[in-house]
This record gives sequence, structure tokens and C-alpha cells, in this order.
Amino acid sequence: MLILTRKEGEAIVIDGKIEIKLLEIEDGKVKIGIEAPKDIEILRKEIYLQTQEENLEAGKVNISPEDLRKVLLK
Amino acid sequence: MKIETRNFGILEVDPNIVINFKEGLPGFEEEKEFIVIEGKDSPFHWLQSVKTSDLAFVIINPFEIFKDYDIKLPKTALEKLKIEKEEDVVTYSIVVIPEDIREMTANLSGPIIINLRERLAKQVILEDDRYGTKHLVFQEDKEEIGG
Repeated sequence: MLILTRKEGEAIVIDGKIEIKLLEIEDGKVKIGIEAPKDIEILRKEIYLQTQEENLEAGKVNISPEDLRKVLLK
Repeated sequence: MKIETRNFGILEVDPNIVINFKEGLPGFEEEKEFIVIEGKDSPFHWLQSVKTSDLAFVIINPFEIFKDYDIKLPKTALEKLKIEKEEDVVTYSIVVIPEDIREMTANLSGPIIINLRERLAKQVILEDDRYGTKHLVFQEDKEEIGG
């Protein structure tokens, strides 16, 4: 992992296309501004991981269409 | 083309119905092709992997089940899926079914968005506080969904 030290208000540029700016640093929180082309998806990692976890769980579901239909009759 | 499915044996399908997930799905990055098998007289459908017969997600149409579900797709998703018209788009939510089937939950924060015209799809992760990954499909106060 590349590690850089930046001060408030400074930025880094990735591949000439993506700019990440440290807008504000306060109380252990960093406010980050990101400018990127519109096909670049930016997500908070924990949300991505939650989705991944949920998908893995869903992939394990083993139910037959018949059993699934029964739930509608209850 | 023939597709071996988990629940419906081998299906002969028109290759044009295959949906392409260019990035796969989180957790299933290598799964790029699926078909939707619609449930007969049922709100439950299946998102069946083309290459892995054993992988079939149970899916629902969230707008049918969660009446006030209301989402706005981020621009990146519109761009990647080449969405131009709303009527080309269908939305599904992946369902997790625990031992007690009635406790099944739908992932409303990560809907499967399909552009039918382009056969392109993506699990779009919404940054919307109202929706999480586990919403009960059957709620006490909810009317029978039947179908």
C-alpha cells in the first residue's frame, strides 16, 4: 500500500483522472472530497462488504420452488 | 443454448435472454451471466447463473412487496448500464431465506438493476439510509402478498 502524508486542504491525483482532497480534519474524522469520471463508482467500504456478505448468504439458500410456494399459503 | 439450472433441470433458452453483469456481483465477481426465471403465479423468481448450475438467487420485485420502495439510481449506474428510458429497466431484490421461511429478508440497499434493452445488469449499492440489506418480506401488519 502506498502511504502519503497530506495536510488539510491538500489533495492527491490518481491517474490524472481522480482527485481526492482532504477538506477538513477534525476530532479524528476526515472529510474527503472526491472528483472522478462518472463511470467510477465510489462507495463506503463497509456498505460494499455488507452487500457481499448478504450475497454470500443468499447464494447458500437452498429451497425448492415448491417449498417456497408453500409460504404463500400459510 | 442449454442452461443447467439448480431447480428446473436443463433449460433450452434463447441466448438473447442472458443478462450480463460485467462486474459480477459482490462476493461473486466471476459470475457474469445470469438468466431470470420467473416464478409461475408467485412473487418469487430466480436469478440463475449460466455457468454455475448450483447458483440461483431467490429474487423478488421490491416494488410489488414494499409499496413505498422508492429509489434513485446513481449516475454511475445509469452510465454503466446505458439506461436511457425508465421503461427498459427492471428491478429485483435478492432474498435470504433462513430456516424459518417466514423470516426471509430482502436486500433493499443493493437492488439488481437490469436494462432489458441492452441486457446489462448490475447490483447497484445505494447510499440511502432508509434501506438496508435485511428487510422482512412478511411483516405482521402487511397484507397477504399472494399472487
